[in-house]
Amino acid sequence: MSIAAKFEIEYLQYLDQDGKETGKEMPAFAKDLDHMVELYKLMVSTRVFDAKSIALQRTGKLGTYASCLGHEAAHVGIGSAMRREDSLAVSYREYGAQLYRGVKPREVYTYWGGDERGNDFQDAPAHDFAWCVPIGTQCLHAAGSALAFKIRKEPRVAVCTIGDGGSSKGDFYGAINVAGAQQLPLVAVIVNNQWAISVPRRIQSGSGTLAQKGIAAGLFCIQVDGNDIIAVRKAMEDALERARSGQGGTVIEAVTYRLGDHTTADDARRYRGEQEVKDAWERDPVPRLRKWLEAKGKWDDAKEEAWKAECDDWMDNEVNAYLETKNQPATAMFDYLYAEVPADLEAQRELVASLDRKS
Amino acid sequence: MAQITLIEAVTQALAYEMRNDDSVVVLGEDVGVNGGVFRATQGLQEQFGEERVIDTPLDEGTIAGLTIGLAVQGMKPVAEAQFEGFIYPMMEHIACHAARMRNRTRGRMTVPAVWRAPWGGGIRAPEHHSEANEHLFTNIPGLRVVMPSSPARAYGLLLAAIRDPDPVIFFEPKRIYRQYKEEVPDDGEALPLDVCFVLRDGTDVTLVTWGAQVKECLEAADELAQQGISAEVIDVATLTPLDFDTIAESVTKTGRCVIVHEAPKTAGFGAEIAARLSEECLYSLLAPVERVTGFDTHIPLFRLEMKYLPSVERIVEAAQRTLAAS
Repeated sequence: MSIAAKFEIEYLQYLDQDGKETGKEMPAFAKDLDHMVELYKLMVSTRVFDAKSIALQRTGKLGTYASCLGHEAAHVGIGSAMRREDSLAVSYREYGAQLYRGVKPREVYTYWGGDERGNDFQDAPAHDFAWCVPIGTQCLHAAGSALAFKIRKEPRVAVCTIGDGGSSKGDFYGAINVAGAQQLPLVAVIVNNQWAISVPRRIQSGSGTLAQKGIAAGLFCIQVDGNDIIAVRKAMEDALERARSGQGGTVIEAVTYRLGDHTTADDARRYRGEQEVKDAWERDPVPRLRKWLEAKGKWDDAKEEAWKAECDDWMDNEVNAYLETKNQPATAMFDYLYAEVPADLEAQRELVASLDRKS
Repeated sequence: MAQITLIEAVTQALAYEMRNDDSVVVLGEDVGVNGGVFRATQGLQEQFGEERVIDTPLDEGTIAGLTIGLAVQGMKPVAEAQFEGFIYPMMEHIACHAARMRNRTRGRMTVPAVWRAPWGGGIRAPEHHSEANEHLFTNIPGLRVVMPSSPARAYGLLLAAIRDPDPVIFFEPKRIYRQYKEEVPDDGEALPLDVCFVLRDGTDVTLVTWGAQVKECLEAADELAQQGISAEVIDVATLTPLDFDTIAESVTKTGRCVIVHEAPKTAGFGAEIAARLSEECLYSLLAPVERVTGFDTHIPLFRLEMKYLPSVERIVEAAQRTLAAS
């Protein structure tokens, strides 16, 4: 028998679910324990932010919100590996990555609270994409960004994130296909949280791993423990370096678990068992890193308490800023449609303005 | 000065803008070494290289999504949909992202991109190569839908479309790609978007049309003139945002209007113009507004397609009916 092609997919893990090192030589960034403390703190603050978001939604102060509970290692790992000049194209729950890059909770709330101004990021890079609701489409926007960087010979990388369900979409396949064909600086991260609303991973694809989808596209592929931030960050650093130096794109599958509902409009108890969720909590990424840092003498209960108090203050400040945000004038619906309001829309705009004055 | 066809005017505009703006890139299926299946991008890859004239994988969704990514990051991509019948896989990206990005981000991110697509019937092509589907785009806020009807307007409007800071769907009536030649100076002068062009002055009836039907309407106007009927002919050119003022001014003067388009009648863009006339010009109308359009059927395969497309005869008869009414 002659073999036309053969492949294998590396699985990467540095910390097991109890926070014990697996014995692999730690990457350089993980030896900088102060930096690892910073990453841990962001994972905790992301979780505090997430809980606050759900509380806001439950009390009628926010629209539908997609929780990131359980994804903190994957998301912070992605965001912290990128440079500011790189571009991030997310779907709608990658808050750990976005907060790292400068998106403010008040901006998250503004957008999911029904106001487009939340997408006008003030401190995050202007070339980072807005939240992208149509599943998978952001992958091609990232591929187009990567093509722009390549044409202009800029050492920049476009990163897109997508779920296990999203990796079934043609847009995902199209993006990795063109990235392979054109040697684009693209890193596509499948954050495999096992559930696409109610549809489990096994129904999405017969592919043994989701990472290996990139093999057919000619990309580097790796599967990592998505609850181990060191593994995610290391795979990202390697992928970004390859892409930046013109060696092509990567598909990373970060295996994690969606500990919460799909969104605040969902009830996951309808379609998945309690035991599965209970087991998944055993793999929770946050205590895992905490245990490791505690063993290194870098973290303790007092620090945890102090940091959580700081997070609460930060969130109070962000929530207040959000709640104090006044509505846009109704005419705003016309004002960002085109660079200038077309003459033919002036009458409609004036009508809206007059209705707005009356109300 | 050389005389050129409409398709050569497209190539001339692309080459002009690529010479003068490094951020302009062309992408699509077969646009590179083959120069496009209609040769719209003929010679561009030789002049500007593979990095700026990009043969993409054969996936329309990929082309559309790449175009958005390129545009958001500061390029000015001109994407080709090989035929308007293949533009459907692009529509999610056009409607959900290109048309919304500026609004979604309050102006932080914009999509200064052009989607070119050979459009319409009458070239004896296979199924899916002869559609008139502009009305599917005119209902999408945030887009410009532009259709030239002559070599000079193809050149000037395409330059304007590329320079426009917002996304433009640029439909090229392929039936008249090589119908006639005219002098088109390669001077980089754009024509204005968002305006209708009055191609012929008249006093009795206004013929409103766009794209390939401009020729039939001008011929109909000639015939009507022989019958002593003076027809004004308007090329809408930019369908959205619509320059309704020019149409209203003309119809207020003539009191009669015949709208001509290739697309199916129901909810075609002619319906919008007729509705606007009834809202804003009713008391100037001397006769019911007429529509001469494709039928509410699929355009037939080519043995019957000319039975579907608006003919000079149908346009003349519609104009005569408006005259008979008052």
